[in-house]
Order: sequence, then C-alpha cells, then structure tokens
Amino acid sequence: MCTYLTEKIKITGSGKGATGWFGVSDASVYFDHPVHAAAEHTLNIDFLNPGKGPQARVAVELTAASARELARAIVAALDSAPPEMVA
Amino acid sequence: MNEALTAETITIAGHGGAEIEAYAARPLGTDQFGSVVVIHHMPGYDSATKEIARKFAAYGYSAVVPNLHYRDAPGASPDDAAAASRANGGVPDEQLVGDVASAADYLRAQDGSNGKVGVIGYCSGGRQSFLAACSLPQLDAAVDCYGAAVINPPPQGFPISLTPLVDKAEDLACPLLGLFGADDKFPPPAETAELSRILDGLGKEHEFHTYEGAGHAFFSVNRPSYRVEAANDGWDKIWDFYGRYLAS
Repeated sequence: MCTYLTEKIKITGSGKGATGWFGVSDASVYFDHPVHAAAEHTLNIDFLNPGKGPQARVAVELTAASARELARAIVAALDSAPPEMVA
Repeated sequence: MNEALTAETITIAGHGGAEIEAYAARPLGTDQFGSVVVIHHMPGYDSATKEIARKFAAYGYSAVVPNLHYRDAPGASPDDAAAASRANGGVPDEQLVGDVASAADYLRAQDGSNGKVGVIGYCSGGRQSFLAACSLPQLDAAVDCYGAAVINPPPQGFPISLTPLVDKAEDLACPLLGLFGADDKFPPPAETAELSRILDGLGKEHEFHTYEGAGHAFFSVNRPSYRVEAANDGWDKIWDFYGRYLAS
C-alpha cells in the first residue's frame, strides 16, 4: 500500500550525494514503497536541500527493524556524548 | 497482434497549459487503435511504468504516461522527482485531472486514434484513475488498480488535503474495472466492497475483482509484492475490459 505518511522536519548539517558534499536543510521521513530495497515497504529518509535542486538528496531505504536499530543507535550515541557537546 | 511499436519521450501541455514531460508508446501496423492514459504510482515516472505503456502498445493501444512530478523536478531522475513531490506535498487532485485531460486530448488527436480513450492507474494512481473517471466525461473506460482513499480518508500525516472521492461517484461517467488484493490494507476489501455497493446503488457500470493471496502492488514485476497468478489474470481482465470499451 501507499501509506502516504510523511514526517517533514527542518535540519541543519551536511550530506554527501552523487555530486559531493552539500548542506542539508530538510528531511522527509516516511514508511512506504522503496525504490531500490528488496522489501514491500521500508522506512525511507530523504536528506534534502531544495535550494540546490531535486538531485541534492541523500536517500536511504531501511527495513523496519533496521530503522528502529538506527534510531536506537542515534539516541545512544547522543546520550553517550558529554552533555555540553550536544546541548 | 504483431507487437510492433514505437515509444518516445514527448512534451504535452498539462494542467493550466504548463508543459510537462510524458512517455508515449503506440502500436505500429495498425490502422485504428484505442488509447490509454497510464497514471504512475507514487514512486514516480519510472522505468516500470514506462514498461506498462509499452505493453499497452504491444497489445494494440496507444498509451501516454504523463510525468506527474515534472513540475517539482524537471529533468531529475524519477526517484529524486518523487522525493521532491512528496516534500512539496504531493500531486494536487486538480492538477492530476488537468494532466490526464491533456494526455487524453493528445491521444485522441493522434493519426489512427479511434477516438476512444481510457485511463488506468496503480497504487496512488488507482485513486487518481477513479478521480479522473469521475471528473472527465470524455473518458470511455477506467481501471483502478488497488487505489486507496476512495471511501476512507488516508492516514493522518499526509501533508496535503487528500479527501475521499466517494462523493464524486455519482459523476462517474464511464465503466470502471477495479482490481484489488484480498490482503491489501489500503484499500482493504471492506472498502472496495462498500464502493461496489455504492456504485450499484447509483447504477454505475463496474466490475471489481479481488485476488486471494495478493496484497498491494501485485502487478509490480520488480517488487516483492508481485503475484504472478493475480497479475496474469488481472491483465486478462484488462484486455477483456478495454477490448469491449476502447478497441475499434
């Protein structure tokens, strides 16, 4: 099914895409059909810079279990850093 | 059927006169042919959808796939364009209807057209095929392949107003073929059965088929959701349906 669900957030950072590094300002997070991954549905993240055009995109498609593990790992990495560094 | 065809990328005037890209495939060696507007799924104007257009041409129909994401990302790869469309809120219903109308006009004006044009859509395009069939009285036949949000609203979180279409059912102006999977959750069988009852009540010509052992996107040959028996029978249903309503 198309879930249509999309979480859109503003972000600050950089990503590396087909044309090299660029700043990213937006992210779309959604659980829907993948383009490439061999699964019916995946957790997809697009890191975007709309000002640089649609090709300024870093994309990942992860199985649900992988996405949950990634989310856990991100939180764990942030929690293990000195608080003053991640404030 | 000699399966000879030609295919190319073209430009058509879409909704509001804006030029958009489209993929066109038509049969060769046929004096007259019916035509089909193919509406791509949410992952975009991709190779798999263009292959569907070529399949229609091989079976004697002229087909056009309008690139519904072209405005969001002209010249971009289909996956980047689909991502940009999603980030921009998706394809507005009014724009979809305009783009399908333009594609239908293009097809009807082709040398060899018998004047009959149908529409088919997959996934989100299934809903859009129903929308087009309720909005464009000039269409002659419509096929909805597992389109959701026709009766039930989409899940919360869809970033644009995607309203159910059931109120438009009374405007359905052509026969409708619906092909669904029994294991699908969007749309679930209960929703498509309810739509069938509503169309019965309105006296709208339609036939729905729901395949056991199949879920969403069972026609997609390049995805794990592909179900060969459902897809093969579904194609047979399409050839029979379009043969009755679109063929010369």
